[in-house]
Amino acid sequence: MKIVVDFDLCESNAICMQIAPDVFEVRDDDFLYVLNEHPDEGDRARMEECVQRCPKQAISLED
Amino acid sequence: MPRQSIHVVGASLAGIRAVEALRRRGFDGRIVLIGAESHLPYDRPPLSKQVLAGSWDTDRIHLTKPQTLDELAIDLRLGVRATGFDLESRTLSTSDGDEVVDGLLVTTGARCRTLPGAETIGGVHVLRDLDQALTLRAELEAGPRRVVVVGAGFIGAEVAATCRARELDVTMVEALPTPLGRVLGERMGEVCAEVHRRHGVDLRTNVGVDRVEAERGRVTSVVLTDGTEIDTDLVVVGIGVVPNTEWLEGSGLTIDNGVVCDATMLAGPGVTAAGDVARWPNHRFDEVMRVEHWDNAIEQGVHAAERLLTSDAEAQPFAPVPWFWSDQYDRKIQLAGRVRPGDEVEVVTGTLEDHRFAALYGREGKLVGVLGFNRPRHVMQYKTMIENGTSFADAIAAEV
Repeated sequence: MKIVVDFDLCESNAICMQIAPDVFEVRDDDFLYVLNEHPDEGDRARMEECVQRCPKQAISLED
Repeated sequence: MPRQSIHVVGASLAGIRAVEALRRRGFDGRIVLIGAESHLPYDRPPLSKQVLAGSWDTDRIHLTKPQTLDELAIDLRLGVRATGFDLESRTLSTSDGDEVVDGLLVTTGARCRTLPGAETIGGVHVLRDLDQALTLRAELEAGPRRVVVVGAGFIGAEVAATCRARELDVTMVEALPTPLGRVLGERMGEVCAEVHRRHGVDLRTNVGVDRVEAERGRVTSVVLTDGTEIDTDLVVVGIGVVPNTEWLEGSGLTIDNGVVCDATMLAGPGVTAAGDVARWPNHRFDEVMRVEHWDNAIEQGVHAAERLLTSDAEAQPFAPVPWFWSDQYDRKIQLAGRVRPGDEVEVVTGTLEDHRFAALYGREGKLVGVLGFNRPRHVMQYKTMIENGTSFADAIAAEV
């Protein structure tokens, strides 16, 4: 599983960071950084929640 | 007996996310998704921003890909309006006819309040759905001489910001002393007022609309309660919403400013509700609430869907920390938690003058809310503290 963020869409609402702070981090420059592009397969439900609750639909998962 | 079928009435955000959750949970029975609008499920937040600004085509706001909709294998009925329900016989009535249902999830949302007496006047608009957004966009493109925005809530504020980006003159009328004073408190409401003024909005507070004047069926001016008359040819009314529950009157469900649910989102046997239409006791805040936020529609839609597959004994209460954002001009405003007038407010990072800060709200020694202006990281970190029951003092002292 690979985390893909469309940074043209991302507006740093940071909801992904609240759900998975070990994977997503919004820093003081207001930009989102992906800390782990390849989370474990066992983490899929949490990653799907990030996808779903992103207000900009900027996150997707690739196999 | 396991549930055979589920009807979801309302095909917007809560409804579509509920349907997806049902399939994710392995429910392989029949799912019927009924939507009053003829459009495929779409996302509303861009309507007052990118769609109204003209920077996005409407094909960018779909909530699901057509392929995903196919995979869900649902009976999707668009342009169909629910007209009634009877809990005892489990009969659902729609513009397509009657049928007996098994599980029912109510996600019929809400609609805009209108200005009494001005509903039929040309050039007076509300903004909630796609058709309204496209109609309003066409009006903005025609180049009105002035836009009067009635109500300085979030929709009004975003419409005003979009109009200013189009270099249109905007007058905003707010009945309260400060915009969003009841939601954010007076001091933070004053910051919102300052943001509007700095962007050239003619903001009038503490004054209501007395009437809308029209000629040949088209608005010519708005007369305020203090007698001021504002010449205009376009009015956008953003004075809140009312839940769409009329179709459930007499159904046997309890209706009181929304569909009344228990703490687990159950409204009656085999009936749940979610999104703007649902009212429930949120144990975390010891408050019965109806939440009109985007994120709540998702979380609650998922919860209400799963509730239909769960026994009473195993049902979990729905007790989130509500959260929303609003994009106005170059500011991203986010609020997490539940704020009430009289809460203590403490700015913990940034300054009000710069319009870039995070402020915490405390009540009875507990952290109950966080407001951010262009501070998304902080809002999320404090939101986690609210979820963890952090004290107000500890939150203020925390290194974030």
